[in-house]
Amino acid sequence: MSHYEASIREPLVLGDKSYHDITEDIARPIEGKANKNWYIAFYISLAAMLWGFGCIFYTVGTGIGVWGLNKNIGWAWDITNFVWWVGIGHAGTLISAVLLLFRQKWRMAINRSAEAMTIFAVFQAGLFPIIHMGRPWNAYWVLPIPNQFGSLWVNFNSPLLWDVFAISTYLSVSLVFWWTGLLPDFAMIRDRAVKPFQKKIYSLLSFGWSGRAKDWQRFEEVSLVLAGLATPLVLSVHTIVSMDFATSINPGWHSTIFPPYFVAGAIFSGFAMVQTLMGIMRKVTNMEDYITRMHVEYMNIVIILTGGIVAVAYATEFFIAWYTGSPYENYTYLSVGAATGPYAWAFYSLLFFNILTPQILWFKKIRRSFIASFIISIFINIGMWFERFDIIAIVLSKGHLPSTWWRFEPTFVDVGIFIGTIGFFFVLFLLYARTFPVIAQAEVKTILKSSGEFYKKRSEQGIPTKPAIVVLNTADKKKDSDNNLNG
Amino acid sequence: MDSSKVIHAFYTDEEVLLDAVKAVKAEHHHIEEVFCPFPVHGLDKAMGLAPTKLAITAFMYGLIGLGFSIWMTNYMMIVDWPQDIGGKPSFSWIENMPAFVPIMFELTVFFAAHLMVITFYMRSRIWPFKDAENPDPRTTDDHFLMEIPVQNNEEELTSLLCKTGAVEINVVDKH
Repeated sequence: MSHYEASIREPLVLGDKSYHDITEDIARPIEGKANKNWYIAFYISLAAMLWGFGCIFYTVGTGIGVWGLNKNIGWAWDITNFVWWVGIGHAGTLISAVLLLFRQKWRMAINRSAEAMTIFAVFQAGLFPIIHMGRPWNAYWVLPIPNQFGSLWVNFNSPLLWDVFAISTYLSVSLVFWWTGLLPDFAMIRDRAVKPFQKKIYSLLSFGWSGRAKDWQRFEEVSLVLAGLATPLVLSVHTIVSMDFATSINPGWHSTIFPPYFVAGAIFSGFAMVQTLMGIMRKVTNMEDYITRMHVEYMNIVIILTGGIVAVAYATEFFIAWYTGSPYENYTYLSVGAATGPYAWAFYSLLFFNILTPQILWFKKIRRSFIASFIISIFINIGMWFERFDIIAIVLSKGHLPSTWWRFEPTFVDVGIFIGTIGFFFVLFLLYARTFPVIAQAEVKTILKSSGEFYKKRSEQGIPTKPAIVVLNTADKKKDSDNNLNG
Repeated sequence: MDSSKVIHAFYTDEEVLLDAVKAVKAEHHHIEEVFCPFPVHGLDKAMGLAPTKLAITAFMYGLIGLGFSIWMTNYMMIVDWPQDIGGKPSFSWIENMPAFVPIMFELTVFFAAHLMVITFYMRSRIWPFKDAENPDPRTTDDHFLMEIPVQNNEEELTSLLCKTGAVEINVVDKH
């Protein structure tokens, strides 16, 4: 048994399961056929994605003028969506890296899918700055490569360039972390596969993983070190995203609390998205025994904590804006000016979705309810989108000169690209849920004896987890058989 | 019996396996390999495997990344094309260093993470299009496989392994 767990802790794996049952449960969605609901969800997402791609082509072909931007509001939906998607990505790394360092075993049921969510969300986030360049074919100019334009290098003083480095490091390291964890699970699918084509594909994906004792020793060390590297990395990413705003001189953006506040907000929104996805996934892929009420409750507790940090940050921003007495501060996104101005609806939406809604999670009944958690998680996703919209559009709509005051109205292209990225995200996630092992089965097997319901009940009765040894009759052994089925 | 044959002993429980490994080691037999479906804590120690040094390589790769980022920011911003951005001239690297901290941090992590994982893949011989080498497909599901080379001691090994709780014992030609 890998570790001792107190009997009062709820089991992490429900039911009377053996190691082979876990294998069967995780392989079933991959080996079976998709049901009707999967196809309906897939085609809706695909349609949204294609609509978004159409809007992207229209933007690139015609110019950024097709968006609702104007000379004062140069950032709006695009950067809102960028920050929103990057923030969503944070929960995946938090679950797989930070919870690994804290030895939280409950992460094992959700880390695989949360990391998938991270990678797919960062894809969507990365699209926006690239489209916003207007000439996306020149996107490689952000890289510090020798060029023909004289000695024209990138500017390492700029937070926008820090973003390029932070997000590309984040995406690539998350991808490698995720894939390394996937190798033993792909190997499991490979070794079960009966169709030759499927065997070939999973053989390729598993990189020839064989599971030697030495491989596992290295695997565990690499996971631990990657978790140690990914933890400061994930905190740095949203810190740097917040610096896109905080290093500017706009009232409302030029704020020293932005880095911690953005990171807390990112984890808040990310856990909400994990909650949304897991609510659907546990039903669709029949993972109810692995993603239990307790997992939902633990995620909700993280949501209350990070939501609380975000609420304190809002209060601080609002108080400081008022306390400075500066007229310029009276139109930041959290100020009396914002609460009474033309964007009051966005201001109150933010408060309702992000501060009021999560408070009902203080009730244990709500916190442990699948349907309530699902609805609240969607509310928080909406609220966190409003937070970024408020920070960007409300602050920019009133500059230092009244002659520059203007409002932002999105066009159908702004809306279309946003919906398109949601579609793209779900297309990727739905394909993932059908082809990848959605739960880190090798890791779950390590906690089965300490945290599985069956073994926990037995250990309460004093039955040891180690089975009695049945001595094999030596006459039974097959002599000189060639059992080398993997060649 | 010659040494080109190996015994494959199968187990279905990691605690039984761990005791079996200790028993086989206590009898001074060489364990060639153990294939597991999931990591078993203490197995590397029981088998006498040396601790991995991958964490140390990660630290060194991180230092390389840090050094590279210092060289890159110095060359591009100070040496090759110094500019006066926002009234902050690029005369010396150290005075401009605070603005480069994010880049230095990211590249340290980038180098440490990627080079460590590449080292892991190379050392464990895993990469795309590599064929799997586990002798039995059940070892990625719920079976543990202990591989012991046979040196004119097949009967002795077999009876020892039977006593330790092996569920299946095969003698096969070594590939």
